[in-house]
Amino acid sequence: MAVEVKEFLPITQRHEDLGLSDELVLQMYYHLLLSRRLDERCWILQRQGRVPFHISGIAHEGIGVGAAYALRRGFDIVHPYYRDLALSIALGMRPIEFMLALFGKKGDPHSAARQLPSHFSLRHLNIISGSSPVATQVPQAAGIALAEVLKQKLRPFLEAAGFPVSQEMRVVLTTTGEGSTSEGDFHEALNWAGIYRLPLVVLVHNNQYAISVPVWKQMAVPRVADRAAAYGVHGIVCDGSNVLEVYRVVREAVDRARAGEGTTLVEAVTYRWTPHSSDDDDRTYRTREEVERGKRHDPLPRFRDYLYRRSLLTQRLEEELEEQVQAEVDEAQRLAEEMPYPDPEEALASVFATEDRSGWWGQS
Amino acid sequence: MPEKTLIEAIREAIDEEMARDPRVFVVGEDVGPRGGVFRATMGLWQKYGEWRVIDSPLAELSIVAIGIGAALNGFRPICEIQFADFIHPAFNQIVNEAARFFYRSGGVYNVPMVIRSPYGGGISGGLYHSQSVEAFFAHVPGLKVVIPSNPYDAKGLLKAAIRDPNPVLFFEPKKGYRLIKGEVPDGDYIVPIGPAKVTREGSDLTVFAYGMMHYYVLQAAEMVAKEGIDVEVVDLRTLAPVDKATILSSIKKTGKALIVYEDNLTLGYGAEVAAILAEEGFEYLDGPVMRLGGPDVPGVPFSPPMQDFFMPNPQKIAEAIRRLARY
Repeated sequence: MAVEVKEFLPITQRHEDLGLSDELVLQMYYHLLLSRRLDERCWILQRQGRVPFHISGIAHEGIGVGAAYALRRGFDIVHPYYRDLALSIALGMRPIEFMLALFGKKGDPHSAARQLPSHFSLRHLNIISGSSPVATQVPQAAGIALAEVLKQKLRPFLEAAGFPVSQEMRVVLTTTGEGSTSEGDFHEALNWAGIYRLPLVVLVHNNQYAISVPVWKQMAVPRVADRAAAYGVHGIVCDGSNVLEVYRVVREAVDRARAGEGTTLVEAVTYRWTPHSSDDDDRTYRTREEVERGKRHDPLPRFRDYLYRRSLLTQRLEEELEEQVQAEVDEAQRLAEEMPYPDPEEALASVFATEDRSGWWGQS
Repeated sequence: MPEKTLIEAIREAIDEEMARDPRVFVVGEDVGPRGGVFRATMGLWQKYGEWRVIDSPLAELSIVAIGIGAALNGFRPICEIQFADFIHPAFNQIVNEAARFFYRSGGVYNVPMVIRSPYGGGISGGLYHSQSVEAFFAHVPGLKVVIPSNPYDAKGLLKAAIRDPNPVLFFEPKKGYRLIKGEVPDGDYIVPIGPAKVTREGSDLTVFAYGMMHYYVLQAAEMVAKEGIDVEVVDLRTLAPVDKATILSSIKKTGKALIVYEDNLTLGYGAEVAAILAEEGFEYLDGPVMRLGGPDVPGVPFSPPMQDFFMPNPQKIAEAIRRLARY
């Protein structure tokens, strides 16, 4: 049975109604475009045999960029998953920082070249390392959010001991796929989130497939967001290929969380028209016709169409941005290729910490 | 110096660390008003309040995952898993997450947390309130595994665990909670994680043990001393990272080794001690490295005779010592 795919729909929101300036929406477009071109390059590099593996965020850029702009970047904390190339780019990751991980080169800031690429981890952007077993980050994100609650509750004791607490809570954003919502981790996390009204946003990228398994084999309820009711948290569905709608919905969730009104489970719907990873062959489980229809979920032409209609993008500007982005990707690739591999013995480093560097204290 | 039980020493360590550092909090099942099913946190909820002694939902994986998250965000969680037998749902969060966080982030994100859990049999607990799980975790680089055998060490080691910037599994021999007493100073001191300790000097052979078995080994050593067998006893205390130097220096002295543990014999922690002795202590050995452990069955049976059959005890240990001494 083919997954039902919606028709191409023009974006109907107006960015100014959402409090976004012209400049910001153009920046969003730039981040969307940069993520896409970087991702496409990774596929090429993998198919050329120059890198071993790529797991893609194509079709997910609307979700990532929309969510990133809804956060207080550099203050809020993000515990992402492997489709979050665009989220990371929009939070400030540079293409070289991704390319170093892709090639497994020295200086990879995510994992010192231990993890597979797309396991994002950048301390200076408050992006926390994730693993490959899915949904494990969701209850951890609940713990990070619980710590935000504890900071507020215990402020005088903490500050007296030299641990300054920010005036407002940091909101924790965690992301995961719709398949991962079947995991026990997901359930336990939302249960905690509901009980303690945690400042947490759980953003589920519903790309309609968990590798080969379609969403209707994953759950009996029609929507991931329906599950929110069982935990006493807010639940909402949005169109993941509409970057402005994602921004609006996640922004509301973030504001609610910061105000102490608890967690929101956001389901952002898209369609993954790439294979699961460079090791997957999606022709074994779905038709090419379905995949072609799925490309109507592409957030890039929808946003481009919107920006043209609003006279923010011209053909000339579009070409300039394309050139700029291509140059950035070229440069990142060149630098990563030139970079040496880690010394073999670096495999032995950092098993145990000798000093504590945990936590987000104070305002920064 | 005041005499305290093992459980009192543990409670005192938690209490003092909570008083010392407002980032320390306890999370687990029934740890709040109830004070824990073994009373390890008795009075702490009343003293420190509901935000520092948190009754969790009945969900072990998230007790650990919540701890990991809170630790990443600057706190010092002490997660209580009510019985070691219930730790398995949290295995993925401990082994794939807590243990690997520092390594997988290239040394950026450390996870300063403690997971406390009562382990071990001989308390009529049946299959699911008697397990020894230390070998699973001692296998995993990135985790520290500590098992105290006496109240003094329990307090000092638990304090060290709470202050450690890494995840520490702290397994407590629950049969000894009230049975094992010893002198424990009031106030602050640390027993460092890592070093094993020679707890009885001897010349004929060395028995390596930890936790409840160490308590029994000391009794067995007294029994055979009357027969003229002079036993050295090493309390391993920290299973990971292992203290090879103390193990090897003792075998250099005595030449014979018996390792006692109550986990299933095969691939239990004693297997690693035996491997260290075979690989790095071969020159010193005057006899076969022997192990005494529980039989390879899926659990400690409930019925008293079967439970007694399963558990090593001072008599069985003394018998194993005699066999080794005769060699």
